Amino acid sequence: MSADYNVFITEETIEGADDGPLADSTVAVKDNISTEGVRTTCGSEMLDDYVPPYDATVVERLKDAGATIVGKANMDEFGMGSTTETSAFGAAENPAAPGRVPGGSSGGSAAAVAAGEADLALGSDTGGSIRNPAAFCGVVGIKPTYGLVSRYGLVAYANSLEQIGPLAPTVEEAAALLDAISGPDERDATTREEGAGTDYAGAATGDVEDTTIGVPAELVEGADEGVRERFEASLDDLRERGATVEEVSLPSVEHAVEAYYVIAMSEASSNLARFDGVRYGHSGGFDGNWNEAFSKAREEAFGEEVKRRILLGTYALSAGYHDKYYKQAQDARAWVKQDFDEAFESVDVLASPTMPTPPFEVGESLDDPLQMYLADANTVPVNLADLPAISIPAGETDGLPVGIQFIGPAFGEEEIIRVGSALE
Amino acid sequence: MSDTSTGSEDSAPGPEEVRHVADLARVGLDDDEVERFTEQFADILDYFETLDEVPEVERDADLVNVMREDEVRDSLTQEEALANAPETEDGYFKGPNVS
Repeated sequence: MSADYNVFITEETIEGADDGPLADSTVAVKDNISTEGVRTTCGSEMLDDYVPPYDATVVERLKDAGATIVGKANMDEFGMGSTTETSAFGAAENPAAPGRVPGGSSGGSAAAVAAGEADLALGSDTGGSIRNPAAFCGVVGIKPTYGLVSRYGLVAYANSLEQIGPLAPTVEEAAALLDAISGPDERDATTREEGAGTDYAGAATGDVEDTTIGVPAELVEGADEGVRERFEASLDDLRERGATVEEVSLPSVEHAVEAYYVIAMSEASSNLARFDGVRYGHSGGFDGNWNEAFSKAREEAFGEEVKRRILLGTYALSAGYHDKYYKQAQDARAWVKQDFDEAFESVDVLASPTMPTPPFEVGESLDDPLQMYLADANTVPVNLADLPAISIPAGETDGLPVGIQFIGPAFGEEEIIRVGSALE
Repeated sequence: MSDTSTGSEDSAPGPEEVRHVADLARVGLDDDEVERFTEQFADILDYFETLDEVPEVERDADLVNVMREDEVRDSLTQEEALANAPETEDGYFKGPNVS
């Protein structure tokens, strides 16, 4: 069954509590989210046989809510990729577009929902890794405000950017899953009070009367014609339902992709230093000294995209280059935040195509990493600014799914859920 | 950094510098990877250069440290902590020589 799309790395049933708001739901959990006693590989040979001794906070909360976890979903290795082709366990496929990638890095999670192999799924989003596969697979995905959902037990890639979030067939179901996992956690000091006692599912009313939607020209210009047509048609729907649409300008987003990759790679180079093959993970054997054994374990067990990012991050942080790359990237991040703050003074939410293109063909983007990075242009600004965003299906172009993204102010999840639900 | 290398772009690292960074990062690379990375890094770093156009922006100053009391709490048992180690001895991790 799952072999069809290679959705799961590990199929294993983890039963939740007897009752709760998710008692009738099955959930696929991305394989970088720790599950006690069930192997968690991050799509890497490095963690091929790693079995966490504890649950991530979101997994505890799923169990408390009565959900049944049905497997650990396939993903780009350590979340590094936009297609789920960098998984050491083979690429996942797109159930909504045969021969195409499901997007990434949470491609297995989105494909599980699209194929009906799970009712719901958890992914993680560092620069678009929930919204990209949601758009490519024709499902709903939410990247929460930074600090809304605990990252305790999420294997870190770029801590200052990433959040765990839901994927589901409908806005209301995604919102209900977000209700279950959000809220403060004493084990993650970056969580905030705002997620406690939420009713996001109740916000999916479809009412957009008197809502002002801003459209940043910079996030529409680069999109394919077919994607733009679907985007404009969605805006027309919203206008008919009483929303106002106006153009806004976010000049800073032109630099978001390079800022994002410098910051993400820098954090990755530090975070992935923990994989030494001594405490856990693939061991290179103990010949020679520590540096040699460490290098050998990492040469053998990391895939090429992971090596590429560790090296570029190490380079960006190295003596003589720190100010040139990392410091300027932080300036760009501050600029992006400022631009969004100003935009939200005059509009309630912002809208853009989620991805500038329909899903890529399998193998299309692998040879040119820079082209793959550029595909994230519309999603990474949101992570740089710590904001919430939702991707909703916006129909198809030439039979391929298109997604529309709504971005809200910090902790404005209700707003984006309300506006998104109007398109269903 | 290394003055023995020249990349395809003025500021881009050449193969020797890619090897040097790989050493710093403790990631072994084979010759094919060094070749591919040298070529790709020229493109990618060239693109990162556009950060030069970013104006200086006043950063948010409202960050605060979040501390908790330093008190004993439940943690993994020694057995759990060692469960994923490739080699252990007498309750310790066993690794290669440090130098």
